[in-house]
Amino acid sequence: MHKHAECHQLLNSLSDYVDGDLKQVLCDEIELHMADCDNCRIVVDTLRKTIYLYQITSDPPTVPEDVRQRLFHRLDLDEFLAK
Amino acid sequence: MNRDRGKKTFSIDALQDGDRAEFAHVVEEYSPLIYRLGLKMLNNPQDAEDILQETFIKAYRHIGSFDGRSSISTWLYRIATNEALMLLRRKRPDPISFEAPSVNETEPQEPLQIVDWCCLPEEDYLTAEGRARLNEAIDRLPTSLRVVFLLRDIEGLSTRETAEVLDISEMAVKTRLSRARLRLREDLSGYYGKILQKR
Repeated sequence: MHKHAECHQLLNSLSDYVDGDLKQVLCDEIELHMADCDNCRIVVDTLRKTIYLYQITSDPPTVPEDVRQRLFHRLDLDEFLAK
Repeated sequence: MNRDRGKKTFSIDALQDGDRAEFAHVVEEYSPLIYRLGLKMLNNPQDAEDILQETFIKAYRHIGSFDGRSSISTWLYRIATNEALMLLRRKRPDPISFEAPSVNETEPQEPLQIVDWCCLPEEDYLTAEGRARLNEAIDRLPTSLRVVFLLRDIEGLSTRETAEVLDISEMAVKTRLSRARLRLREDLSGYYGKILQKR
């Protein structure tokens, strides 16, 4: 296959590949291609890094106390507002 | 990501019988997740609070119709996402609808930025400017891609759960997630590539 066509095909599978959702045979094909294609290797590495950065910088889920109090009040649940 | 919430079980019978204490437990458990989703979707604390309140008001009103086929968390995410999408449509009408993304959204996007910025020191990624850039990049995504990215990669829902929340196929979730990630990678490559050049 022409190299650029291979790159294009890889692009369609990249997201599943980084999630580990591809069949082994397809992973092998991608890894074989990346061994010979620096551009695709860089795209895969930076894609993984992108997802990683979003996940590590994602704030833990919290609700500010005043927002929580207004929520319980709006729902008429003030009596269950545990501190 | 946070998937340790939602492990707690609630009595659907009690909720449907109007048990307010049980509903308060549900609110306590899931309000942080719903608030964070609202913040990421709208990028505005007041809007996030509105979404939070409307989600639980609707959940309380409609708990009788909850059929238990999905989890409580998926059901709440569905209500919250619909609220967020409605608010977004009112505030900044997208030329691209959520239900039918344009061809540009679904076409594979060729990577233009081929810069290997993975080797930067950790502190270069996590500056205040870097964090702001991450948020701006999410904000620039079309709504249909942003919501999928947030549910899958930030909230940690599975492909199936995301499909249930958005009432789209699992294939559509995968396609939109792929597009979202590639666009974010492209955006961040422009930013971190410049930092790499300066070093």
